[in-house]
Amino acid sequence: MTIWSAVPAVVALSPVSAFADWGVGKSNSKFPQPDLFAPVSTPAHDIETLAWFAITICAGIALIVGGILLYGIIAYRVRRGDDGSEPPQVYGSNPIEFAWTVIPLLIVFVLILTTARTIYSIQGRPRPPGALTVHIIGHQWWWEVRYPSLNITTANEIHVPLSEPSNDNPTFLDLESADVAHSFWVPQLAGKTDVIPNRKNTMWIDPHKAGTYLGQCAEFCGTEHALMLLRVVVEPPAQWQQWVASQQKPAVHEPSAAHGRRVFESTACVNCHTVQGTVASGRFGPDLTHIMSRETIAAGAAVNTPEHLKIWIRDPDLIKPGALMPAMNLNGHDLDDVAGYLASLR
Amino acid sequence: MEQEIAIGAIEERAELPLVARMHDWVVTVDHKRLGLMYISGGLLFFVVAGLQAVTIRLQLAFPSNHLVPPQVFNRLLTMHGTAMVFLVGMPILTGFFNYLVPLMIGAHDMAFPRLNAFGFWLWLFGALLLYFSYLGADGLYGAGSAPDVGWFAYAPLTERAFSRGNSTDYWILSIFLTSVGSTATAINLVATIFCLRCKGMTLNKMPVLVWLTLVVAFLMLVALPPLSAAQAMLLLDRYLGAHFFDTQAGGSAILWQHFFWIFGHPEVYVLVVPAFAFASEIIPVFSRKVIFGYQVMVAASVAIGFISLSVWAHHMFSVGMTPAGNAFFATSTMLVGVPTGIKIFNWIGTIWGGKIRFRVPMLFSLGFLFQFMIAGLTGIMLAVAPFDWQLTDTYFVVAHFHYVLIGAIVFMIFAAIYYWFPKATGRMLSERLGQWHFWLFLIGFHMTFDTLHFAGIHGMPRRIYTYQPGRGLEAFNLIASIGAVLQAVAVVVLVINVIRSLVNGQEAGPDPWDAWTLEWTTTSPPPEYNFAVEPEVRSRRPLWDLKHPEDPDWLYE
Repeated sequence: MTIWSAVPAVVALSPVSAFADWGVGKSNSKFPQPDLFAPVSTPAHDIETLAWFAITICAGIALIVGGILLYGIIAYRVRRGDDGSEPPQVYGSNPIEFAWTVIPLLIVFVLILTTARTIYSIQGRPRPPGALTVHIIGHQWWWEVRYPSLNITTANEIHVPLSEPSNDNPTFLDLESADVAHSFWVPQLAGKTDVIPNRKNTMWIDPHKAGTYLGQCAEFCGTEHALMLLRVVVEPPAQWQQWVASQQKPAVHEPSAAHGRRVFESTACVNCHTVQGTVASGRFGPDLTHIMSRETIAAGAAVNTPEHLKIWIRDPDLIKPGALMPAMNLNGHDLDDVAGYLASLR
Repeated sequence: MEQEIAIGAIEERAELPLVARMHDWVVTVDHKRLGLMYISGGLLFFVVAGLQAVTIRLQLAFPSNHLVPPQVFNRLLTMHGTAMVFLVGMPILTGFFNYLVPLMIGAHDMAFPRLNAFGFWLWLFGALLLYFSYLGADGLYGAGSAPDVGWFAYAPLTERAFSRGNSTDYWILSIFLTSVGSTATAINLVATIFCLRCKGMTLNKMPVLVWLTLVVAFLMLVALPPLSAAQAMLLLDRYLGAHFFDTQAGGSAILWQHFFWIFGHPEVYVLVVPAFAFASEIIPVFSRKVIFGYQVMVAASVAIGFISLSVWAHHMFSVGMTPAGNAFFATSTMLVGVPTGIKIFNWIGTIWGGKIRFRVPMLFSLGFLFQFMIAGLTGIMLAVAPFDWQLTDTYFVVAHFHYVLIGAIVFMIFAAIYYWFPKATGRMLSERLGQWHFWLFLIGFHMTFDTLHFAGIHGMPRRIYTYQPGRGLEAFNLIASIGAVLQAVAVVVLVINVIRSLVNGQEAGPDPWDAWTLEWTTTSPPPEYNFAVEPEVRSRRPLWDLKHPEDPDWLYE
């Protein structure tokens, strides 16, 4: 991919901040590409198997029919020195029509049966007692992530435990929307499931390979649909337990960030954001209690660095034009301190 | 005698001043003039919406590009989609039907000429309304410009809470008007075909194109009212506080999806069956053979019409239907592939044993055959519901339906333009420029849409104004964008070809392709009343009978 990263430098289509990617290109490159043919979870795996079956049949048909068509075009082209007479007129043939009706019907019959089997095996999986349930709420344009049984709230980056063959440990995702229709999609883990207001959809994953998997909203949901990204972090159980423990801790209070915290708590920040254990209890935006434990901000639009946090607070449109976060109009000193306070929330 | 008077009247009119001649076009109820106005209007919007598509591709040529801001991009994709369906596909196809059906069945005009004109003007003003939104929709609230909710405008994004201003209202009203116009046209086509066929033309002796027109007209009659109803309900939601789709007040977002796709999927066939119709006329003429399996072709098309009414929820496999619901719609969708396959086989049967002449209309038709076959097969993949959970709303779907809409429909529209242009204008289009047009467009098309299948498989959702680097999407998108530019260049070649021919084209004569249906018996362009003497037919290919009296078709039909 190095050759493609050179392209923007050569061709700049717009003058200002063209191709600024806020560090996400480098961050994405660390993880596997979201290719649906590289599954690491049972639903995605079942789909891949079925997909190859369907592709094989379709490619076979394409080769045979396309080959016959190509042969026909070449063999029956008008020849040089043709006498201009009309070829024999053939009006049709019932046996042939019968054959090319029945053969496709048989193929369709096989495909329908295999399709139905996979539908039922994926959708029909019962929720085992004690399975981890993650509650995911789509917002314009970010993901709220709640673990009701663990009393954790986070955003955009979903941590789930590894599911090993010896210790089957599926995670169920309950999907709801706070505003418009979205769709939850992490290709390597499962097919997408729409996230629809006034409705609860459920899906499950059982990732059997640790790692970070990239996904994003797949249903057009307004201005920043493109930057409603998400990541699923799959960790071995012990490591995942550590993450849970760290998320369950109350927010850190660093004395050095006291002024920033005061500014944060006395401005409109608290109307939309929560920091557990403080007056900040808004739910319109992401929970910030442990914001520094997340690798990205603005639903994956930028890598989470103090510098980017500051830009985000000052002018969100620079990173994510049209985002619902307002520009906060803080003076330089307060801005630095608020960013410093957020950077202390590990 | 009557004919002399009619021709005399036309000659006299040609000498009238320009304003009077334009006035003639405005007040005309002649099916040929209305057909040509539909087609030219549709082509005009084709250029506009095509340029919007090129802008979309330029924005997506590079990751994290800033050519257009997201708001503008979302308007572009909404306008491109809405325009290409309602302002390009529909008018061009109804235009061809308007022009051709009366000629092919030996009639003087449509059954209801004034209704025909009404439908056209309704369409035109509805169409202008959509683009007027760029100026007008700022409206009362000063918010928004053109609609930006996507061409299928999923609720509740279209509700007042999420779509302020008037842009969505323009979208609603524009579609409402154009679809009322299309409904009028559908009624007219049905009445014309049932009542105005010339002597001897039983249903079983109609050209395939006329049969398929009938299928399309009935599909329009069934599919458009749910769309109009949904638009009315949405307008009620927005202005009278109804809560059909308003989820914040207990409405249903999925209800909108059902309404839209109950229209939306038959609509795919409303657009693609005309492409079948053109192919069924053009392929036999340039293979020099009668269509293979006429009755099976007709039956397959009718079957497609029926089955296509029960497949709509395959657009909704990911909304969380029950397994039984998913299995049902997967089944019905795969079944529609069977009659579709039969049609492809019959076209191959038509070519088989023929003497194929590779003129431009045939080149486009052969491109159509290959591309439509591929589109059908990726359609089967999408019908495999679990596979669709991965593929839906990605660029794989975008690539699939552009294979249908461009690879099949636009290719056949180009074929039809090259084929019937001589009839409508009396001039041939240049074969050499046509070849350039074909090959440029073919290469551009495949660069763009073959590649986009893979972008979808690599996790690229549709309708995103940008994508990040480092996800393996750069190469696919750059190639696709270059292909889009090539296609645009090809269309410029077509425009040049048309203008050159209009000014200084080779005379066509009544029957330049040595064809067999009734429209080729009259002059090019045909007189206002089409036929001086009402034709009488004994077979599906009256001109074949005339040219081969020793071996006429009616001996075998």
